[in-house]
Amino acid sequence: MATESTENGASSATSCVQDGSAVGMPQLCLDWFPNQIFWLVVTLVVIYLILSKIALPRIASVLAERQGTITNDIAAAEELKLKASEAEAAYEKALADARTEALRIAAEAKAEMQAEVDLAMKKADAEIAAKSAESEARIAEIRTGALEAVREVARDAAREVVSVLDIDVEDSAISAAVDVRVKG
Amino acid sequence: MEVEAATLIGDGLKYAGAGLACTGMGGAAVGVGHVVGNYLSGALRNPSAAAGQTATMFIGIAFSEALGIFSFLVALLLMFAV
Amino acid sequence: MDQFIVKPLFGGDVVHWYTPTNVTLWMALAVLAISALMVFGTRGRAVVPSRTQSIAELAYGFVYKMVEDVAGKDGVKYFPYIMTLFLFIVFANFLGLIPMSFTTTSHIAVTAIMAMAVFLSVTILGFVKHGASFLQLFWISSAPLVLRPILAIIEIISYFVRPVSHSIRLAGNMMAGHAVIKVFAAFGAVVAIAPLSIFAITAIYALEVLVSFIQAYVFAILTCVYLKDALHPHH
Repeated sequence: MATESTENGASSATSCVQDGSAVGMPQLCLDWFPNQIFWLVVTLVVIYLILSKIALPRIASVLAERQGTITNDIAAAEELKLKASEAEAAYEKALADARTEALRIAAEAKAEMQAEVDLAMKKADAEIAAKSAESEARIAEIRTGALEAVREVARDAAREVVSVLDIDVEDSAISAAVDVRVKG
Repeated sequence: MEVEAATLIGDGLKYAGAGLACTGMGGAAVGVGHVVGNYLSGALRNPSAAAGQTATMFIGIAFSEALGIFSFLVALLLMFAV
Repeated sequence: MDQFIVKPLFGGDVVHWYTPTNVTLWMALAVLAISALMVFGTRGRAVVPSRTQSIAELAYGFVYKMVEDVAGKDGVKYFPYIMTLFLFIVFANFLGLIPMSFTTTSHIAVTAIMAMAVFLSVTILGFVKHGASFLQLFWISSAPLVLRPILAIIEIISYFVRPVSHSIRLAGNMMAGHAVIKVFAAFGAVVAIAPLSIFAITAIYALEVLVSFIQAYVFAILTCVYLKDALHPHH
């Protein structure tokens, strides 16, 4: 493949280079193959050892750690979110409780007031009833007083009449008769 | 004299052959363009499936480009190694 | 093509198999760069990564996902080998893009050894894992019976062409890029077209940066594909 050795190739140990410039394609110079292959193998082995012993496990662990951190952070965030929603629920509950409490207090106050009003009303009613009963009693008294007075007057009148007529009548008889008449 | 003329003609033919070999690269260009163009039209129709086929596209490009490289290599061999 | 010449580092002309040459130098630099990124860069083991560490993690995740996706769950065992190949090729390619440097991966000797190593280990792995039934890889049972022998021949040929294309693709790409830059650099000697030439070199250089990465990716992903064939030969 490589060019046949040139007649002037003495300037170089290889037939591929003549006077510092390449003869033919340097890629096809068989003289250089062992050197390239040897160094290639050395290089690949070194790179493989570096990668498989140091670099790749390290990067893999870093990536795994980052994955773990991210998962943890997401879990923590999830937890915090849960806590926040719990707090929100508690707040809502407290709010609702307060609202019902307020309603209850208001209702209680209303009921109390109602009761007070009722009581006052009842008292007033009772007072009114007592007053009216008293006045009625007085009226009745006055009426009975008047009736008694009428009877007295009738009795007196009857006695006067009887004395005028000069009839001797017992007082008790007169009053009985007056009673009968007044009742009648 | 005749030998010299024959060498000259042979050299000329070598360069002509190298030039002719380079026409093969045009075919590779058409092939690569075809692969990428079809990939693109397919990717625009169904963008969700495009990402999974990028590797396949590169393999196709590599295969069709290799043939162009082969013709280039033949040209180089004609010019420098034969 | 002088940029591809192998020279002994410490004078002399003879290149023995053990001679430290520019191959040695640039491969050692690749090793240094890889250790700087993957070992020195990750020394903090930080949960919140530094810039270098996140690049190292990115490379790790990239190759790991590729192996897992292409070769399957049981291919993850071979992840360090593929990581080695990928990182070596990436760094050799990028170091080769430094002006006046030497591109180790542009040499067929280098890429052919890597491709042959992949080919042989994958073939041996297939036979160790599956015995003779590994040969079912070539016997496509879903095809009509008449076509199967023909397909088998084609499959066998394509199987044995794999290391060739695998190695020449990488070396050819690297060599082609550098040769094209060299051609444009030669145009730069003519004053009239020098600006155009410099612009073209810049553009090709940018393309080469991309190609350097893509070729390493392709090399690694094809290794994964071959590995998958060895682990799951039944279609």
